[in-house]
Amino acid sequence: MTDAKLRGVRERKNRTRKKGVSLLLNFPYLIWLCLFVIVPVFIVAAYAFTDASGALTLENFRKLGVYRDNIIDSFIYALIATAVTLVLAYPFAYFMTKRSQATQRVMMMLVMLPMWMNLLILTYSIMNIMETNGIINNLLAAMGLGKIQMINTPGAVVFGMVYNYFPYMVLPLYSVLSKIDPALLEAAADLGSGGLSRFRRVILPLSMPGVISGITMVFVPSVSTFYISQKLGGTSVNMIGDVIESLVNRVSTRNLGAMLSLVLMVVILICIMIMNRFSDEEGGIML
Amino acid sequence: MKTFGKIYMGIIFAVMYLPLLVMVLFSFNESNSTAKFTGFSLHWYEEMLRDSAAMDALKNTLILAVVSTIIATVLGTLAAVGIFGMRNKWFKTGVLSVSNVPMMNPDIVTGVSLMLLFAFVGRMLGAVESLGFATILIAHVTFSLPYVVLNVLPKLMQTDPHLAEAAQDLGSTPVQAFFRVVLPSISSGVVSGALMAFTLSIDDFVISHYTSGSFTTLPLLIYTMTKKRVTPEMYAVCSCIFISVLVLLLIMNLSQVRQAKKAAQVSVLGKK
Repeated sequence: MTDAKLRGVRERKNRTRKKGVSLLLNFPYLIWLCLFVIVPVFIVAAYAFTDASGALTLENFRKLGVYRDNIIDSFIYALIATAVTLVLAYPFAYFMTKRSQATQRVMMMLVMLPMWMNLLILTYSIMNIMETNGIINNLLAAMGLGKIQMINTPGAVVFGMVYNYFPYMVLPLYSVLSKIDPALLEAAADLGSGGLSRFRRVILPLSMPGVISGITMVFVPSVSTFYISQKLGGTSVNMIGDVIESLVNRVSTRNLGAMLSLVLMVVILICIMIMNRFSDEEGGIML
Repeated sequence: MKTFGKIYMGIIFAVMYLPLLVMVLFSFNESNSTAKFTGFSLHWYEEMLRDSAAMDALKNTLILAVVSTIIATVLGTLAAVGIFGMRNKWFKTGVLSVSNVPMMNPDIVTGVSLMLLFAFVGRMLGAVESLGFATILIAHVTFSLPYVVLNVLPKLMQTDPHLAEAAQDLGSTPVQAFFRVVLPSISSGVVSGALMAFTLSIDDFVISHYTSGSFTTLPLLIYTMTKKRVTPEMYAVCSCIFISVLVLLLIMNLSQVRQAKKAAQVSVLGKK
Protein backbone atom coordinates (compact mmCIF):
# COMPACT_ATOMS: atom_id res chain seq x y z
CA MET A 1 0.00 0.00 0.00
CA THR A 2 1.22 3.48 -0.81
CA ASP A 3 1.59 6.15 1.82
CA ALA A 4 -1.41 8.12 0.59
CA LYS A 5 -3.64 5.06 0.66
CA LEU A 6 -2.49 4.25 4.17
CA ARG A 7 -3.25 7.76 5.33
CA GLY A 8 -6.69 7.53 3.77
CA VAL A 9 -7.47 4.29 5.60
CA ARG A 10 -6.31 5.74 8.88
CA GLU A 11 -8.30 8.90 8.45
CA ARG A 12 -11.45 6.97 7.65
CA LYS A 13 -10.88 4.81 10.70
CA ASN A 14 -10.35 7.90 12.82
CA ARG A 15 -13.50 9.49 11.53
CA THR A 16 -15.73 6.51 12.26
CA ARG A 17 -14.13 6.16 15.67
CA LYS A 18 -14.75 9.84 16.38
CA LYS A 19 -18.33 9.66 15.18
CA GLY A 20 -19.01 6.70 17.45
CA VAL A 21 -17.43 8.36 20.47
CA SER A 22 -19.28 11.62 19.88
CA LEU A 23 -22.62 9.84 19.67
CA LEU A 24 -21.87 7.74 22.73
CA LEU A 25 -20.97 10.82 24.79
CA ASN A 26 -24.03 12.68 23.60
CA PHE A 27 -26.46 9.86 24.06
CA PRO A 28 -27.38 10.49 27.73
CA TYR A 29 -27.58 14.21 27.09
CA LEU A 30 -29.76 13.86 24.00
CA ILE A 31 -32.14 11.60 25.89
CA TRP A 32 -32.24 14.11 28.73
CA LEU A 33 -33.01 16.96 26.31
CA CYS A 34 -35.80 14.94 24.69
CA LEU A 35 -37.41 13.88 27.97
CA PHE A 36 -37.14 17.09 29.95
CA VAL A 37 -36.94 19.88 27.36
CA ILE A 38 -38.80 18.80 24.23
CA VAL A 39 -41.48 16.55 25.72
CA PRO A 40 -42.56 19.15 28.36
CA VAL A 41 -43.12 21.73 25.62
CA PHE A 42 -45.41 19.30 23.82
CA ILE A 43 -47.19 18.47 27.06
CA VAL A 44 -47.87 22.17 27.68
CA ALA A 45 -49.25 22.39 24.15
CA ALA A 46 -51.34 19.26 24.73
CA TYR A 47 -52.82 20.75 27.92
CA ALA A 48 -53.42 24.06 26.15
CA PHE A 49 -55.47 22.44 23.38
CA THR A 50 -57.58 20.21 25.66
CA ASP A 51 -60.07 20.71 28.50
CA ALA A 52 -59.95 19.22 32.00
CA SER A 53 -61.50 15.95 30.78
CA GLY A 54 -58.90 15.60 28.03
CA ALA A 55 -61.12 16.39 25.04
CA LEU A 56 -59.64 18.41 22.20
CA THR A 57 -60.82 22.04 22.28
CA LEU A 58 -59.91 25.61 21.35
CA GLU A 59 -61.95 26.97 24.26
CA ASN A 60 -58.79 27.90 26.23
CA PHE A 61 -57.57 30.17 23.45
CA ARG A 62 -60.97 31.84 23.18
CA LYS A 63 -60.53 32.95 26.80
CA LEU A 64 -57.25 34.69 25.91
CA GLY A 65 -59.17 37.98 25.61
CA VAL A 66 -60.03 37.85 29.33
CA TYR A 67 -56.34 38.11 30.16
CA ARG A 68 -55.48 40.69 27.49
CA ASP A 69 -54.97 43.46 30.04
CA ASN A 70 -52.68 41.30 32.20
CA ILE A 71 -50.55 40.46 29.19
CA ILE A 72 -50.34 44.08 28.00
CA ASP A 73 -49.58 45.31 31.55
CA SER A 74 -46.80 42.74 31.97
CA PHE A 75 -45.14 43.83 28.75
CA ILE A 76 -45.45 47.54 29.61
CA TYR A 77 -44.01 47.06 33.11
CA ALA A 78 -41.20 44.86 31.83
CA LEU A 79 -40.38 47.28 28.99
CA ILE A 80 -40.25 50.26 31.36
CA ALA A 81 -38.14 48.32 33.87
CA THR A 82 -35.75 47.16 31.12
CA ALA A 83 -35.38 50.68 29.73
CA VAL A 84 -34.74 52.18 33.19
CA THR A 85 -32.23 49.44 34.00
CA LEU A 86 -30.38 50.02 30.72
CA VAL A 87 -30.23 53.80 31.22
CA LEU A 88 -28.96 53.39 34.80
CA ALA A 89 -26.57 50.51 34.13
CA TYR A 90 -24.87 51.83 31.01
CA PRO A 91 -23.10 54.82 32.63
CA PHE A 92 -22.47 52.67 35.70
CA ALA A 93 -20.65 50.02 33.66
CA TYR A 94 -18.84 52.73 31.71
CA PHE A 95 -17.57 54.51 34.83
CA MET A 96 -16.47 51.13 36.18
CA THR A 97 -14.12 50.59 33.24
CA LYS A 98 -12.42 53.93 33.99
CA ARG A 99 -11.13 52.71 37.35
CA SER A 100 -7.90 50.93 38.25
CA GLN A 101 -7.79 47.15 37.85
CA ALA A 102 -7.95 46.56 41.61
CA THR A 103 -10.98 48.86 42.07
CA GLN A 104 -12.71 47.22 39.12
CA ARG A 105 -12.28 43.81 40.70
CA VAL A 106 -13.75 44.99 44.02
CA MET A 107 -16.66 46.72 42.26
CA MET A 108 -17.34 43.60 40.22
CA MET A 109 -17.57 41.66 43.46
CA LEU A 110 -19.93 44.25 44.95
CA VAL A 111 -22.18 44.05 41.88
CA MET A 112 -22.28 40.26 41.97
CA LEU A 113 -22.81 39.88 45.71
CA PRO A 114 -26.56 40.72 45.69
CA MET A 115 -27.03 38.20 42.85
CA TRP A 116 -26.16 35.47 45.32
CA MET A 117 -28.87 36.60 47.69
CA ASN A 118 -32.34 35.24 47.28
CA LEU A 119 -34.67 37.44 45.24
CA LEU A 120 -37.51 36.70 47.64
CA ILE A 121 -35.78 38.03 50.72
CA LEU A 122 -34.46 41.12 48.92
CA THR A 123 -37.94 41.87 47.61
CA TYR A 124 -39.37 41.36 51.08
CA SER A 125 -36.77 43.72 52.48
CA ILE A 126 -37.75 46.36 49.88
CA MET A 127 -41.34 45.84 50.97
CA ASN A 128 -40.32 46.53 54.58
CA ILE A 129 -38.64 49.74 53.48
CA MET A 130 -41.56 51.01 51.37
CA GLU A 131 -44.54 49.85 53.43
CA THR A 132 -47.20 52.21 54.78
CA ASN A 133 -45.80 51.56 58.27
CA GLY A 134 -42.38 50.74 56.91
CA ILE A 135 -38.93 52.13 57.45
CA ILE A 136 -39.13 55.22 55.22
CA ASN A 137 -42.52 56.22 56.54
CA ASN A 138 -41.36 55.66 60.14
CA LEU A 139 -38.41 57.95 59.46
CA LEU A 140 -40.69 60.56 57.90
CA ALA A 141 -43.03 60.35 60.87
CA ALA A 142 -40.11 60.77 63.28
CA MET A 143 -39.17 63.96 61.42
CA GLY A 144 -42.76 65.15 61.73
CA LEU A 145 -43.60 64.69 58.06
CA GLY A 146 -46.60 62.98 56.51
CA LYS A 147 -46.60 59.45 55.13
CA ILE A 148 -46.22 58.72 51.46
CA GLN A 149 -47.84 55.82 49.66
CA MET A 150 -45.13 53.79 47.92
CA ILE A 151 -46.08 50.16 48.23
CA ASN A 152 -48.82 48.64 46.05
CA THR A 153 -48.16 51.06 43.21
CA PRO A 154 -46.92 50.29 39.68
CA GLY A 155 -43.83 52.36 40.51
CA ALA A 156 -42.92 49.99 43.34
CA VAL A 157 -43.19 47.00 41.00
CA VAL A 158 -40.92 48.65 38.42
CA PHE A 159 -38.46 49.56 41.20
CA GLY A 160 -38.45 45.94 42.38
CA MET A 161 -37.65 44.71 38.87
CA VAL A 162 -34.92 47.30 38.29
CA TYR A 163 -33.41 46.54 41.69
CA ASN A 164 -33.39 42.75 41.32
CA TYR A 165 -32.18 42.53 37.71
CA PHE A 166 -29.72 45.47 37.68
CA PRO A 167 -26.62 43.24 38.04
CA TYR A 168 -27.75 41.15 35.04
CA MET A 169 -27.60 44.30 32.92
CA VAL A 170 -24.29 45.57 34.33
CA LEU A 171 -22.34 42.35 33.79
CA PRO A 172 -22.73 41.99 29.99
CA LEU A 173 -22.33 45.76 29.51
CA TYR A 174 -19.16 45.82 31.58
CA SER A 175 -17.70 42.85 29.75
CA VAL A 176 -18.10 44.50 26.30
CA LEU A 177 -17.14 48.01 27.44
CA SER A 178 -13.96 46.84 29.17
CA LYS A 179 -12.81 45.15 25.96
CA ILE A 180 -12.98 48.31 23.83
CA ASP A 181 -9.47 49.27 22.82
CA PRO A 182 -8.70 52.82 24.08
CA ALA A 183 -6.59 53.29 20.94
CA LEU A 184 -9.82 53.28 18.91
CA LEU A 185 -11.11 56.24 20.90
CA GLU A 186 -7.81 58.06 20.53
CA ALA A 187 -7.92 57.44 16.80
CA ALA A 188 -11.47 58.79 16.64
CA ALA A 189 -10.39 61.88 18.59
CA ASP A 190 -7.39 62.38 16.31
CA LEU A 191 -9.72 62.21 13.34
CA GLY A 192 -11.63 65.07 14.87
CA SER A 193 -14.70 63.54 16.51
CA GLY A 194 -15.95 65.07 19.74
CA GLY A 195 -17.06 63.31 22.90
CA LEU A 196 -20.64 62.76 21.80
CA SER A 197 -19.82 61.47 18.36
CA ARG A 198 -17.11 59.19 19.78
CA PHE A 199 -19.78 57.68 21.99
CA ARG A 200 -22.35 57.40 19.19
CA ARG A 201 -20.04 56.10 16.49
CA VAL A 202 -17.46 54.03 18.40
CA ILE A 203 -18.49 53.07 21.93
CA LEU A 204 -22.19 52.43 21.36
CA PRO A 205 -21.87 50.21 18.25
CA LEU A 206 -19.10 48.19 19.87
CA SER A 207 -21.15 47.66 23.02
CA MET A 208 -24.30 46.56 21.16
CA PRO A 209 -23.85 42.81 21.87
CA GLY A 210 -23.73 43.59 25.61
CA VAL A 211 -26.80 45.84 25.35
CA ILE A 212 -28.76 43.10 23.57
CA SER A 213 -27.87 40.36 26.04
CA GLY A 214 -28.48 42.69 28.98
CA ILE A 215 -31.94 43.58 27.64
CA THR A 216 -32.81 39.89 27.24
CA MET A 217 -31.54 39.03 30.71
CA VAL A 218 -33.67 41.73 32.33
CA PHE A 219 -36.77 41.61 30.15
CA VAL A 220 -37.49 37.87 30.27
CA PRO A 221 -37.55 37.46 34.07
CA SER A 222 -39.34 40.82 34.48
CA VAL A 223 -42.19 40.02 32.12
CA SER A 224 -42.83 36.64 33.73
CA THR A 225 -42.36 37.50 37.41
CA PHE A 226 -45.06 36.86 39.96
CA TYR A 227 -43.32 37.34 43.29
CA ILE A 228 -42.25 40.96 42.76
CA SER A 229 -45.72 42.01 41.65
CA GLN A 230 -47.35 40.10 44.52
CA LYS A 231 -45.21 41.69 47.22
CA LEU A 232 -44.72 45.22 45.85
CA GLY A 233 -47.81 45.64 43.67
CA GLY A 234 -50.41 44.11 45.98
CA THR A 235 -53.76 43.97 44.26
CA SER A 236 -53.05 46.99 42.06
CA VAL A 237 -50.83 45.03 39.69
CA ASN A 238 -51.81 41.67 38.26
CA MET A 239 -49.23 40.40 35.82
CA ILE A 240 -49.33 37.43 33.49
CA GLY A 241 -47.08 35.51 35.91
CA ASP A 242 -49.59 36.05 38.74
CA VAL A 243 -52.39 34.77 36.53
CA ILE A 244 -50.48 31.66 35.44
CA GLU A 245 -49.45 30.98 39.04
CA SER A 246 -53.02 31.10 40.34
CA LEU A 247 -54.48 29.13 37.39
CA VAL A 248 -51.92 26.33 37.43
CA ASN A 249 -52.25 25.70 41.14
CA ARG A 250 -55.85 24.53 40.75
CA VAL A 251 -56.35 21.33 38.77
CA SER A 252 -59.62 22.60 37.26
CA THR A 253 -57.95 25.62 35.60
CA ARG A 254 -54.65 23.94 34.76
CA ASN A 255 -55.41 23.81 31.02
CA LEU A 256 -56.02 27.53 30.95
CA GLY A 257 -52.71 28.11 32.74
CA ALA A 258 -50.95 25.87 30.22
CA MET A 259 -52.46 27.92 27.37
CA LEU A 260 -51.14 31.18 28.89
CA SER A 261 -47.69 29.60 29.46
CA LEU A 262 -47.60 28.53 25.83
CA VAL A 263 -48.58 32.01 24.65
CA LEU A 264 -45.95 33.62 26.92
CA MET A 265 -43.27 31.23 25.68
CA VAL A 266 -44.05 31.81 22.00
CA VAL A 267 -44.20 35.61 22.40
CA ILE A 268 -40.88 35.71 24.27
CA LEU A 269 -39.16 33.44 21.74
CA ILE A 270 -40.35 35.72 18.94
CA CYS A 271 -39.05 38.77 20.87
CA ILE A 272 -35.65 37.13 21.35
CA MET A 273 -35.46 36.16 17.67
CA ILE A 274 -36.26 39.71 16.59
CA MET A 275 -33.63 41.06 19.01
CA ASN A 276 -31.00 38.69 17.66
CA ARG A 277 -31.85 39.61 14.06
CA PHE A 278 -31.57 43.27 15.08
CA SER A 279 -28.14 42.76 16.64
CA ASP A 280 -26.93 40.86 13.57
CA GLU A 281 -27.94 43.75 11.34
CA GLU A 282 -26.22 46.21 13.65
CA GLY A 283 -23.08 44.13 13.36
CA GLY A 284 -23.39 44.12 9.59
CA ILE A 285 -23.61 47.89 9.41
CA MET A 286 -20.70 48.20 11.80
CA LEU A 287 -18.47 46.06 9.62
CA MET B 1 -16.83 64.05 34.94
CA LYS B 2 -14.76 62.06 37.40
CA THR B 3 -16.52 63.35 40.50
CA PHE B 4 -19.88 62.92 38.78
CA GLY B 5 -18.98 59.29 38.10
CA LYS B 6 -18.00 58.77 41.73
CA ILE B 7 -21.24 60.28 43.05
CA TYR B 8 -23.33 58.31 40.54
CA MET B 9 -21.73 54.99 41.45
CA GLY B 10 -21.95 55.84 45.13
CA ILE B 11 -25.71 56.42 44.91
CA ILE B 12 -26.30 53.20 42.97
CA PHE B 13 -24.23 51.12 45.36
CA ALA B 14 -26.06 52.71 48.30
CA VAL B 15 -29.48 51.80 46.86
CA MET B 16 -28.18 48.34 45.94
CA TYR B 17 -27.05 47.60 49.47
CA LEU B 18 -29.89 49.30 51.38
CA PRO B 19 -32.18 46.23 51.41
CA LEU B 20 -29.24 44.05 52.45
CA LEU B 21 -28.41 46.47 55.25
CA VAL B 22 -32.04 46.42 56.42
CA MET B 23 -31.92 42.62 56.38
CA VAL B 24 -28.77 42.40 58.51
CA LEU B 25 -29.86 45.21 60.87
CA PHE B 26 -33.30 43.78 61.60
CA SER B 27 -31.94 40.28 62.10
CA PHE B 28 -30.57 41.73 65.36
CA ASN B 29 -33.90 43.29 66.33
CA GLU B 30 -35.20 42.60 69.81
CA SER B 31 -38.89 42.59 68.93
CA ASN B 32 -40.52 40.61 66.14
CA SER B 33 -40.98 43.66 63.91
CA THR B 34 -39.16 43.98 60.61
CA ALA B 35 -39.91 47.69 60.28
CA LYS B 36 -39.21 49.23 63.72
CA PHE B 37 -35.86 48.68 65.40
CA THR B 38 -36.38 48.42 69.16
CA GLY B 39 -33.06 47.15 70.45
CA PHE B 40 -30.12 44.86 69.80
CA SER B 41 -30.36 41.15 70.56
CA LEU B 42 -29.14 37.80 69.27
CA HIS B 43 -32.53 36.27 70.04
CA TRP B 44 -33.39 35.47 66.40
CA TYR B 45 -30.08 33.71 65.78
CA GLU B 46 -30.75 31.40 68.72
CA GLU B 47 -34.27 30.88 67.40
CA MET B 48 -32.86 30.03 63.97
CA LEU B 49 -30.57 27.34 65.35
CA ARG B 50 -33.47 25.83 67.29
CA ASP B 51 -35.85 25.96 64.29
CA SER B 52 -35.74 22.48 62.78
CA ALA B 53 -37.74 23.53 59.69
CA ALA B 54 -35.16 26.17 58.73
CA MET B 55 -32.23 23.84 59.40
CA ASP B 56 -33.85 21.04 57.38
CA ALA B 57 -34.51 23.41 54.50
CA LEU B 58 -30.89 24.55 54.58
CA LYS B 59 -29.70 20.93 54.55
CA ASN B 60 -32.09 20.05 51.70
CA THR B 61 -30.91 23.04 49.67
CA LEU B 62 -27.27 22.03 50.01
CA ILE B 63 -27.87 18.33 49.25
CA LEU B 64 -29.94 19.20 46.19
CA ALA B 65 -27.36 21.72 44.97
CA VAL B 66 -24.44 19.30 45.37
CA VAL B 67 -26.18 16.33 43.71
CA SER B 68 -27.67 18.33 40.83
CA THR B 69 -24.33 20.09 40.23
CA ILE B 70 -22.45 16.77 40.02
CA ILE B 71 -24.97 15.26 37.59
CA ALA B 72 -25.21 18.40 35.45
CA THR B 73 -21.43 18.85 35.32
CA VAL B 74 -20.71 15.26 34.26
CA LEU B 75 -23.55 15.11 31.76
CA GLY B 76 -22.88 18.60 30.42
CA THR B 77 -19.12 18.12 30.03
CA LEU B 78 -19.56 14.86 28.15
CA ALA B 79 -22.25 16.48 26.03
CA ALA B 80 -19.99 19.44 25.21
CA VAL B 81 -17.21 17.08 24.11
CA GLY B 82 -19.73 15.16 22.02
CA ILE B 83 -21.24 18.29 20.47
CA PHE B 84 -17.76 19.59 19.71
CA GLY B 85 -16.95 16.38 17.84
CA MET B 86 -20.12 16.46 15.75
CA ARG B 87 -19.52 16.64 12.01
CA ASN B 88 -23.07 17.31 10.89
CA LYS B 89 -23.47 21.10 11.19
CA TRP B 90 -27.23 20.98 10.89
CA PHE B 91 -27.58 18.45 13.70
CA LYS B 92 -25.09 20.41 15.82
CA THR B 93 -26.99 23.71 15.65
CA GLY B 94 -30.20 21.79 16.29
CA VAL B 95 -28.86 20.24 19.49
CA LEU B 96 -27.41 23.57 20.63
CA SER B 97 -30.65 25.47 20.13
CA VAL B 98 -32.64 22.83 21.99
CA SER B 99 -30.13 23.01 24.87
CA ASN B 100 -30.66 26.76 25.04
CA VAL B 101 -34.42 26.43 25.48
CA PRO B 102 -34.38 26.19 29.32
CA MET B 103 -32.14 29.27 29.38
CA MET B 104 -34.35 31.40 27.14
CA ASN B 105 -37.70 30.25 28.51
CA PRO B 106 -39.03 32.22 31.47
CA ASP B 107 -38.63 30.21 34.69
CA ILE B 108 -42.36 30.04 35.20
CA VAL B 109 -42.86 28.31 31.82
CA THR B 110 -40.05 25.81 32.50
CA GLY B 111 -41.52 25.12 35.94
CA VAL B 112 -45.08 24.70 34.71
CA SER B 113 -44.06 22.50 31.79
CA LEU B 114 -42.02 20.17 34.01
CA MET B 115 -44.81 20.03 36.58
CA LEU B 116 -47.34 19.05 33.89
CA LEU B 117 -44.94 16.35 32.66
CA PHE B 118 -44.46 14.92 36.15
CA ALA B 119 -48.18 15.10 36.89
CA PHE B 120 -48.92 13.32 33.61
CA VAL B 121 -46.36 10.56 34.18
CA GLY B 122 -47.47 10.25 37.81
CA ARG B 123 -51.06 9.77 36.75
CA MET B 124 -50.07 7.14 34.21
CA LEU B 125 -48.11 5.24 36.83
CA GLY B 126 -50.95 5.66 39.31
CA ALA B 127 -48.81 7.43 41.89
CA VAL B 128 -50.57 9.45 44.59
CA GLU B 129 -47.86 12.08 44.90
CA SER B 130 -45.90 12.64 41.71
CA LEU B 131 -43.57 15.36 43.01
CA GLY B 132 -40.64 15.02 45.40
CA PHE B 133 -36.85 14.94 45.59
CA ALA B 134 -36.46 13.06 42.27
CA THR B 135 -38.54 15.56 40.31
CA ILE B 136 -36.91 18.67 41.78
CA LEU B 137 -33.51 17.07 41.12
CA ILE B 138 -34.43 16.45 37.47
CA ALA B 139 -35.64 20.05 37.19
CA HIS B 140 -32.42 21.49 38.67
CA VAL B 141 -30.21 19.36 36.42
CA THR B 142 -32.29 20.44 33.42
CA PHE B 143 -31.91 24.19 34.00
CA SER B 144 -28.20 23.88 34.94
CA LEU B 145 -27.16 21.80 31.91
CA PRO B 146 -27.02 24.58 29.29
CA TYR B 147 -24.76 26.68 31.55
CA VAL B 148 -22.28 23.81 31.88
CA VAL B 149 -22.31 23.13 28.13
CA LEU B 150 -21.86 26.82 27.30
CA ASN B 151 -18.93 27.13 29.72
CA VAL B 152 -17.12 24.02 28.45
CA LEU B 153 -17.64 24.42 24.67
CA PRO B 154 -15.50 27.59 24.23
CA LYS B 155 -12.64 25.92 26.15
CA LEU B 156 -12.82 22.93 23.80
CA MET B 157 -12.62 25.26 20.83
CA GLN B 158 -9.40 26.72 22.23
CA THR B 159 -7.71 23.35 22.63
CA ASP B 160 -5.80 21.70 19.81
CA PRO B 161 -7.93 18.80 18.47
CA HIS B 162 -4.77 16.99 17.37
CA LEU B 163 -3.71 16.50 20.99
CA ALA B 164 -6.35 13.88 21.70
CA GLU B 165 -5.61 12.23 18.35
CA ALA B 166 -1.91 12.19 19.15
CA ALA B 167 -2.58 10.56 22.50
CA GLN B 168 -4.65 7.88 20.78
CA ASP B 169 -2.01 7.31 18.14
CA LEU B 170 0.50 6.86 20.93
CA GLY B 171 -1.60 4.00 22.21
CA SER B 172 -3.99 5.40 24.78
CA THR B 173 -7.66 4.46 24.63
CA PRO B 174 -10.20 7.23 23.89
CA VAL B 175 -11.18 7.21 27.57
CA GLN B 176 -7.56 7.62 28.68
CA ALA B 177 -7.05 10.35 26.11
CA PHE B 178 -10.08 12.16 27.46
CA PHE B 179 -9.01 12.05 31.10
CA ARG B 180 -5.30 12.73 30.53
CA VAL B 181 -5.37 15.21 27.66
CA VAL B 182 -8.78 16.74 27.00
CA LEU B 183 -10.11 17.14 30.55
CA PRO B 184 -7.06 18.98 31.98
CA SER B 185 -7.19 21.51 29.16
CA ILE B 186 -10.89 22.31 29.67
CA SER B 187 -10.89 22.10 33.48
CA SER B 188 -11.36 25.85 34.00
CA GLY B 189 -14.55 25.77 31.90
CA VAL B 190 -15.81 22.72 33.78
CA VAL B 191 -15.18 24.42 37.13
CA SER B 192 -16.93 27.67 36.17
CA GLY B 193 -19.85 25.70 34.75
CA ALA B 194 -20.14 23.70 37.96
CA LEU B 195 -19.99 26.88 40.07
CA MET B 196 -22.76 28.42 38.00
CA ALA B 197 -24.89 25.28 38.31
CA PHE B 198 -24.38 25.28 42.08
CA THR B 199 -25.37 28.92 42.59
CA LEU B 200 -28.36 28.62 40.26
CA SER B 201 -29.57 25.59 42.18
CA ILE B 202 -29.19 27.25 45.60
CA ASP B 203 -30.98 30.37 44.43
CA ASP B 204 -33.81 28.90 42.39
CA PHE B 205 -37.31 29.52 43.58
CA VAL B 206 -39.75 29.54 40.64
CA ILE B 207 -38.89 26.17 39.06
CA SER B 208 -38.56 24.51 42.48
CA HIS B 209 -41.94 25.92 43.42
CA TYR B 210 -43.60 23.83 40.71
CA THR B 211 -41.55 20.64 40.95
CA SER B 212 -40.78 20.12 44.65
CA GLY B 213 -43.92 18.58 46.16
CA SER B 214 -43.30 18.32 49.89
CA PHE B 215 -39.51 18.65 49.56
CA THR B 216 -38.68 22.06 51.02
CA THR B 217 -35.64 24.11 50.12
CA LEU B 218 -34.66 27.43 51.67
CA PRO B 219 -36.18 29.65 48.94
CA LEU B 220 -39.40 27.66 49.17
CA LEU B 221 -39.44 28.06 52.95
CA ILE B 222 -38.90 31.81 52.55
CA TYR B 223 -41.81 31.88 50.11
CA THR B 224 -44.22 30.18 52.52
CA MET B 225 -43.01 32.41 55.34
CA THR B 226 -43.39 35.64 53.36
CA LYS B 227 -47.01 34.73 52.60
CA LYS B 228 -47.67 35.67 56.21
CA ARG B 229 -45.62 38.23 58.09
CA VAL B 230 -41.95 37.37 58.33
CA THR B 231 -40.19 37.38 61.68
CA PRO B 232 -36.57 38.58 61.87
CA GLU B 233 -35.59 34.90 62.07
CA MET B 234 -35.70 34.64 58.27
CA TYR B 235 -33.47 37.71 58.11
CA ALA B 236 -31.05 35.97 60.49
CA VAL B 237 -30.88 32.91 58.20
CA CYS B 238 -30.29 35.09 55.13
CA SER B 239 -27.70 37.24 56.92
CA CYS B 240 -25.73 34.09 57.67
CA ILE B 241 -25.85 33.15 53.98
CA PHE B 242 -24.84 36.69 53.04
CA ILE B 243 -21.81 36.61 55.35
CA SER B 244 -20.68 33.19 54.05
CA VAL B 245 -20.98 34.34 50.43
CA LEU B 246 -19.08 37.53 51.27
CA VAL B 247 -16.25 35.59 52.93
CA LEU B 248 -16.11 33.13 50.04
CA LEU B 249 -15.92 35.91 47.46
CA LEU B 250 -13.25 37.75 49.49
CA ILE B 251 -11.11 34.61 49.68
CA MET B 252 -11.47 33.98 45.95
CA ASN B 253 -10.66 37.61 45.21
CA LEU B 254 -7.62 37.68 47.50
CA SER B 255 -6.20 34.50 46.01
CA GLN B 256 -6.69 35.97 42.53
CA VAL B 257 -4.84 39.14 43.55
CA ARG B 258 -2.04 37.09 45.08
CA GLN B 259 -1.74 34.99 41.94
CA ALA B 260 -1.65 38.10 39.76
CA LYS B 261 1.06 39.60 41.99
CA LYS B 262 3.09 36.42 41.87
CA ALA B 263 2.81 36.28 38.09
CA ALA B 264 3.94 39.91 37.90
CA GLN B 265 6.93 39.18 40.16
CA VAL B 266 7.92 36.16 38.10
CA SER B 267 7.80 38.13 34.88
CA VAL B 268 9.89 40.92 36.42
CA LEU B 269 12.46 38.39 37.65
CA GLY B 270 12.46 36.75 34.26
CA LYS B 271 13.36 40.05 32.61
CA LYS B 272 16.32 40.53 34.94
